[in-house]
Parts: sequence; structure tokens; C-alpha cells
Amino acid sequence: MNQIPEIFRVVPVNHFVILASILFSIGILGVLTRRSAIIIFMSIELMLNSVNLLFVAFSTYKSDPAGQVFVFFIMAIAAAEVAVGLAIIVMIYRRIRSTDVSILNNLKG
Amino acid sequence: MVLNLFYFLSFLAILSGIMVVVSKNPIHSVLYLILTFFTLSGHYILLNAQFISIVNLIVYAGAIMVLFLFTIMFLNLQDDSFTGSRIMFHVAALLMVIAFAGILVVKLGGAQIDVADDASFNSQVGMVENLGMTLFNKFLVPFELVSVLFLSAMVGAVMLGRKEKGERNF
Repeated sequence: MNQIPEIFRVVPVNHFVILASILFSIGILGVLTRRSAIIIFMSIELMLNSVNLLFVAFSTYKSDPAGQVFVFFIMAIAAAEVAVGLAIIVMIYRRIRSTDVSILNNLKG
Repeated sequence: MVLNLFYFLSFLAILSGIMVVVSKNPIHSVLYLILTFFTLSGHYILLNAQFISIVNLIVYAGAIMVLFLFTIMFLNLQDDSFTGSRIMFHVAALLMVIAFAGILVVKLGGAQIDVADDASFNSQVGMVENLGMTLFNKFLVPFELVSVLFLSAMVGAVMLGRKEKGERNF
């Protein structure tokens, strides 16, 4: 029952680190280049998921369940964040008829 | 076999992640993001983390992305494309992100990371029984606090989404 699955022998944990880094960078690219608030929000979700992947990878490679419990909490907080964030986006859309963040510069000094 | 599966899932995850950022239609972005979540769930199954894999599918691909789809459906968004006036900004952002990813990949990809040895390895760590024991013993207080967080998020979303007086509705 406690035999080590094959992946832990053939795939080093560094590969998961590289994959998570690339996904996180793609998320940053989306936040920087897109103007629609919803796409920016989805890029943030992508970044959260890359961090989740890193947590799960380290948790399983080190046999420590705390990392996966932490991923569970991250998912819960992401769900709450999406609910409030999308409500804010809907409110912005009602006011200015668009979700383009480059229009939202009223607080610019 | 496992190695090929890992590389296939990683390739698919990166490809669909890029498509999330570059596709013009927001609906396509959402669908590609769901594909990314499915490939990440595949990774979790490869890592023997069944509970997190299923929760990822239910919570992210099931609940959160449906919320995104509904919002996009309500809002009737127009395509925001990569317009020419900001081309230099996009080039700068791309260069910065490539540099950032390069630093991370080179420094962390070659790092020496110690993992559990054969004696202390436990393949059952990602199962529901094990995680449930940890969650309800060691992390009971944060688990209860999450419910308070959800309540406040629910109240906040309802308050924000309420129709204000004297405002036209869409």
C-alpha cells in the first residue's frame, strides 16, 4: 500500500517548480497587458493556481499533509474573492458601461 | 509513461494558459482557463493528491468559472484587442515577464531541493482520511474562520450587487 508511485522517481520536484514559474509568469503577463477587468481577474486566478500546484507538489514530495490543507484554504479564499470581485466589476460596469481599466483613472493624482 | 504524461499535461497547461491571455473573446478565455484547471487536476492525480484534484475540479472549474461565465454573459463585453497605441507597453511587459520567468526557471529549476527519503515517504498523504484528520485536528480554528469569511463575502457581494436608488438598470 505504501509503495512510492513512479512519478516521484522519474520526475524531480524541480520540474514542478519550473512549470509553476511559467504559469505564474503567464498570469503576470495577462495582468500587465490586458485591459478588461475580467481578463485581469482570470489571470490572477491562473497565478493562484500555479501557487497551488507548487504547494501540492512540495506537500506530496515531502509527505506533509499541511501543504494540501493550505491549498484547500487558498481555494476557499479564492472563491470568496471572486464573489466580491465580480460584484465590484458588475458595479463598475453599471456606472461606466465598460470594464476597461484604462478608463478608471479618476483617482489619478 | 508517467514522464510522458507529465510533459503532455504541462505542455497543455502552458498552452492553454497562454491562450487565456491572448484570446480576444472573453468566453474563449474562460474556456481555456477551465482547460488549464483540468490539466492541473491531472497533475494532482499524478501526484497522488486525489482530494485536492476533485476539490479543484468542483470549486474552480465548477463553481468559480461558472460565476465568470455568468458575469461575462450579463455584461455583454466588447473585444478588447491588443491595439497599436500600446504596442511598446506590450513589448516591455513581455520582455519583463520573460526575464522574470528566466530568473525563476534558472535559479529554482536547478536548485537542490531535499525531499522525503524512502523510509519517511507516505503515499497516502493526499487521501481524504489523512487530510481530514489534519484539517479537523491541527487546522480546526482556521477552518471555522473560513465560514466567517464566506459569510462576510456573501454579505459584501449582495451589498455591492444591489440596485441603487435612481440608477438605471441594465
